[in-house]
Amino acid sequence: MILVEEAPSGISLFLPEPADLFWSAVVLAIIAVVFYKMVLPPMNKILDERAEKIEGGLAQAAKAQEAAEQALANRQAMMEQAHADAAKARDEAREQGKQIIADSRASAQVEAQRIADAAGRQIDADKQAAAVALRSDVGELATELASKIVGESLADDAAKSRMVDRFLDDLEAHGVGKASPAGGPAV
Amino acid sequence: MTAAVGQWVAMMLPALHVASEEGGNGFTPPTIGDFFPPAILFEGTWFQIDRIWIIRIVTTIVLVTVFVLAARRAKLVPGRFQAAIEYLLEFVRRQIVYEILGKVEGQRFVPMITTIFFSILAFNITSIVPGLNLAGTSRVGLPLLLALWVMMAYWWAGIRKQGLGGYLKASLFPPVCKQMPLLALIITPIEAVQIFVVRPASLTIRLLANMIAGHIMLVLCFTATEFFLLHASGAFKALSALTLAGGIFVTLFELLVGFLQAYIFSLLAAAYIQMSLEEEH
Repeated sequence: MILVEEAPSGISLFLPEPADLFWSAVVLAIIAVVFYKMVLPPMNKILDERAEKIEGGLAQAAKAQEAAEQALANRQAMMEQAHADAAKARDEAREQGKQIIADSRASAQVEAQRIADAAGRQIDADKQAAAVALRSDVGELATELASKIVGESLADDAAKSRMVDRFLDDLEAHGVGKASPAGGPAV
Repeated sequence: MTAAVGQWVAMMLPALHVASEEGGNGFTPPTIGDFFPPAILFEGTWFQIDRIWIIRIVTTIVLVTVFVLAARRAKLVPGRFQAAIEYLLEFVRRQIVYEILGKVEGQRFVPMITTIFFSILAFNITSIVPGLNLAGTSRVGLPLLLALWVMMAYWWAGIRKQGLGGYLKASLFPPVCKQMPLLALIITPIEAVQIFVVRPASLTIRLLANMIAGHIMLVLCFTATEFFLLHASGAFKALSALTLAGGIFVTLFELLVGFLQAYIFSLLAAAYIQMSLEEEH
């Protein structure tokens, strides 16, 4: 129990004692130094860094969003381009197909014509050859016949040829004369 | 709230008195002497060591250790401990300093206000820490030094911004003096007392008186409980349940008051600095 004469009165609560002030100053100084030098700088650094990271992250997300939108737009443009290209290619192919058919038709016609012409020429040549062969055969037959008839052997080729020609000419002239209404009697 | 608790305590006192006379075993009410514990070492010198000294040193070590640990281990992705510490630091920075001074002006005063806030909070809370049981701020030295620090800060802020003359002119001669010069005769002395005495004194006394009152209420509740339970007779014993409930309530109340006083002190410090920074108010 505190003795009465030692017990402080109410006002002494508000009057600082030297020791009270001294030790208060000491503890306050310790706390202040620690907070100023050791606590707040690293904590503020961390807090600022975090805020920066979050802001950076948000900016990055916005950028990514933008890039995605850009990519989508690009893709759509490419799709449209591809569609247009496909349509164009289809049209071109159709056009080319028509062209090819027309070309084939034309070349087929040319070929047919060529084949027909060649056949015609072949026929003409054969006809010519046949005519020549026929003439020689008919000459020979006629000569043989005539020699049999006149009994004269025409051994001499030149004389034979001459005679055949004359004979044929006569025959032709006779033929012509026979064809006319005043036809004489056959030889 | 405090008044209600005070009234309730006052109602219990007559019962205490009656019980005390009946029991004959005197009840010891808390006295002012509680705040002046006997010296342990160096009695009467500047370095006197007593119970308050132990409380303050222990608190300082705990406070410093907790915050240094938090700062040392601070990571970009905080754990629970770091998140709690950060929450408190951000509370002081944003809710007190930036709220009143703005981000640009406030930046410089964040360390000071933070130190003040956590010192007061820690030294207030010791009033309900078992084993310490006395607020480090319930002796005038600490509140007084904190208040003087705030006074120096708002003087320094005002002089730095407007020069000594400009600051005194802005503080002592508010604009109303231009319209009514005679009013300056009244206003100027009031303003002078305000910036030299009233602000630091009110900061000191508000904090000190709150912590003293809180301690007295706590001691009253718990000594009364002990007395009713052990020394009072019959029906008076039942009152111990009431005083114990009161003690628990006052303990929780002290937690609130401890925080509230730290908040108010820091808020007013920021407000005084802000007033000094204003060109004219």
